[in-house]
Amino acid sequence: MAHIVLDSLVKRFGKQTAVDKLSLEIKDREFIALLGPSGCGKTTTMNMISGLLKPDEGDIYFDGQSVIGTPPGKRGVGFMFQNYAVFTFLNVYDNIGFGLKIRKLEEDEIRRRVNEVARLLQIRHLLSMSASALSINDMQRVALARSMITEPKIFLLDEPLSNLDAALRATMRAELKKIQQEAGQTAVYVTHDQVEAMSLADRIAVMNFAVLQQYDTPYNVYNRPTNLFVANFIGSPTINFFEGVYKKGAFAVSDFKDGAIPVSRKFHKDVEESLTQERVVVGVRPEHLKVRGDKKGSSLNLKAKIVSYEPLGSKTVVYMHPDGNPDVIVKSVMGSGYKPKLGEINFIDFEEKNVYLFDKQTEDLALRFS
Amino acid sequence: MASIRMEGITKRFKNTEAIKNLYLEINDGEFFCVLGPPGAGKTTLLRLIVGLETPDKGGIFIDDEPVGGIHPSKRDISMIFQNLALYPDKSVFDNIAFPLRQQKIEENIIGERVTKVAKDLHIDWLLEKIPSQLSGGERQRVAIGRAIVRQPKAYLMDEPLSNLDALLRLEMRVSLKELQTDLKETFVYVTHDQVEALSMGDRIAVLNQGELQQVGDPETIYQEPSNMFVATILGSPPMNFLKCAVSKKEGAVSIKHGPISFEARGRDCIEAMKKIGGGESVILGLRPEDVSIHEAGGGVPAEIYVIEPLGNETIVDVTLGENVIKVIAEPDFEGSSGQKITLDIDCAKLHFFDPETHRCAHHASEKDDIRVIG
Repeated sequence: MAHIVLDSLVKRFGKQTAVDKLSLEIKDREFIALLGPSGCGKTTTMNMISGLLKPDEGDIYFDGQSVIGTPPGKRGVGFMFQNYAVFTFLNVYDNIGFGLKIRKLEEDEIRRRVNEVARLLQIRHLLSMSASALSINDMQRVALARSMITEPKIFLLDEPLSNLDAALRATMRAELKKIQQEAGQTAVYVTHDQVEAMSLADRIAVMNFAVLQQYDTPYNVYNRPTNLFVANFIGSPTINFFEGVYKKGAFAVSDFKDGAIPVSRKFHKDVEESLTQERVVVGVRPEHLKVRGDKKGSSLNLKAKIVSYEPLGSKTVVYMHPDGNPDVIVKSVMGSGYKPKLGEINFIDFEEKNVYLFDKQTEDLALRFS
Repeated sequence: MASIRMEGITKRFKNTEAIKNLYLEINDGEFFCVLGPPGAGKTTLLRLIVGLETPDKGGIFIDDEPVGGIHPSKRDISMIFQNLALYPDKSVFDNIAFPLRQQKIEENIIGERVTKVAKDLHIDWLLEKIPSQLSGGERQRVAIGRAIVRQPKAYLMDEPLSNLDALLRLEMRVSLKELQTDLKETFVYVTHDQVEALSMGDRIAVLNQGELQQVGDPETIYQEPSNMFVATILGSPPMNFLKCAVSKKEGAVSIKHGPISFEARGRDCIEAMKKIGGGESVILGLRPEDVSIHEAGGGVPAEIYVIEPLGNETIVDVTLGENVIKVIAEPDFEGSSGQKITLDIDCAKLHFFDPETHRCAHHASEKDDIRVIG
């Protein structure tokens, strides 16, 4: 267990800055995710936390003590990698006890701790089995057990589920979360998969091009993204963005022929104060954007042509081109069994409370209407 | 336009059967998806159709004509590979024109066809550039353009979008589907991504270890999977499975898993249960979206294992008897691990699988009159 602080970390590789003044605090027992596209700096950050890389600037504290001078082996860091790296020539007991054997602990002590960790991870029944005969599910637990037994202060997981097929990944995600909750280890999980980050983490650090974009709970990162990048990166299908200008109490959005989105009077002042200039990006998540045959009861006159739809069983994702711009794709999530007619023009509708307003110039979130 | 038929196809590599006794019919003008995990035999299937592999047994027919013995170049089928294989030193125009020049078509006709195809794919402004100057999506379109310009009988695509990032993949999916609708040609599209298959296919063939599992339109295979493999591969999160004990009652059959008991009165259901697991056991399949969570009160008692908030919905992992099942809840669902809750199960959406063969014995419906009792 440990309280970790990253203070203005900088790492450069030649002329490239891989991590740019990253400051982050991870509470004891917290499970955080470092999330971002490849090249964003998440793996470099993890490598600095573990000690495999030395930062060029800044500091890292474990429980108040700087660990910059401490070699990786002495920082109390446990790892879990993508390929598990379980020793196939040993049995499960010897795999788990490996780290302790290296440290020359007494046999009795090793046995006690192996049994304890195996009980926690529900793999006691596998202890005498050869590691080469394990299912992927069990191999993951053995790899975890092997790391956990050394009682690391912090667990670093580098996309450990990416080698698994979709169904197994879904199961193992829940298992991993449960185990972390019970074991109470501080954990840092590196991933490019926003579903994984959302499902597992207490807080998510979203990174892009070496810079921390937002560090917040899954709920906030989804509902109050700090900028266009975060809003677009989190959520599947991705958020719809409509560009336009704010004038006289309404957004005039250029992708639709009649792209006027009126703003309730009570918000006029808030909108004016939150924008630095008139150009805006109006964001609406697909689950809040509905396809309708008519515009009854709606204040909008936005039309779009259906080009494709995905019947995903539990829901249907509909893809459309707005009537003013055939190069843009508008996405809507409708119920299962919804069958639109390809090529047909429909109305799209959404409520003001579901709009994310971004300032086009700064790219920051200006306002949520609630 | 062409129909493609495979009859009794078996293909071996050394000691492994990559394709086992496959019977498949692809209709003229269809967008046909082949879905399966890595190693299922999907690429082998495409290579057999195009002629890069020869079957050890069975026959392949294109437009009802047998193609055994006909060289790939004469089968008039275009194949788009994952790595695109564009000519790096040729311009976009020359890449697309290449197959036509091979056929020694007149230059001015080539000019017309290439320009038209490039316009349709929104790459006409890139005709002078070379591949290294293009983005991933643009290169993808050049590969597609090169395949289209030949006006082949059918298009085979081997996971063409898997190297693209998520956003681009989505755009290309929509583009490809629009293209196929315009061209009205037969597309055979291979993928391991169930979302791709569900969204693009008119029909989907699910393949596992060289064996065909099921063929049908997306809705049917999703609602009525023929076995546990198909039930798992489609749907996210995947279907939950509960091993249950079956016992006969007066005019009904009782299906039990731990603390939960179902009773089914419909004759079809009762008959189906008799025929599997020695009449004593069954594997119950339940999709996460067919179960809902309630605070307390009437319903199946369960406990929250872990909560996964995904933003647009929340997946709640719930302990039920010996198993943990996944349930989809609203995005603002609040709860904590260990919390006792009750579940409301849509009994008309249950699936019953044979515990030995894993084949589906019965898909529940309203007629089965299935209820939760105790």
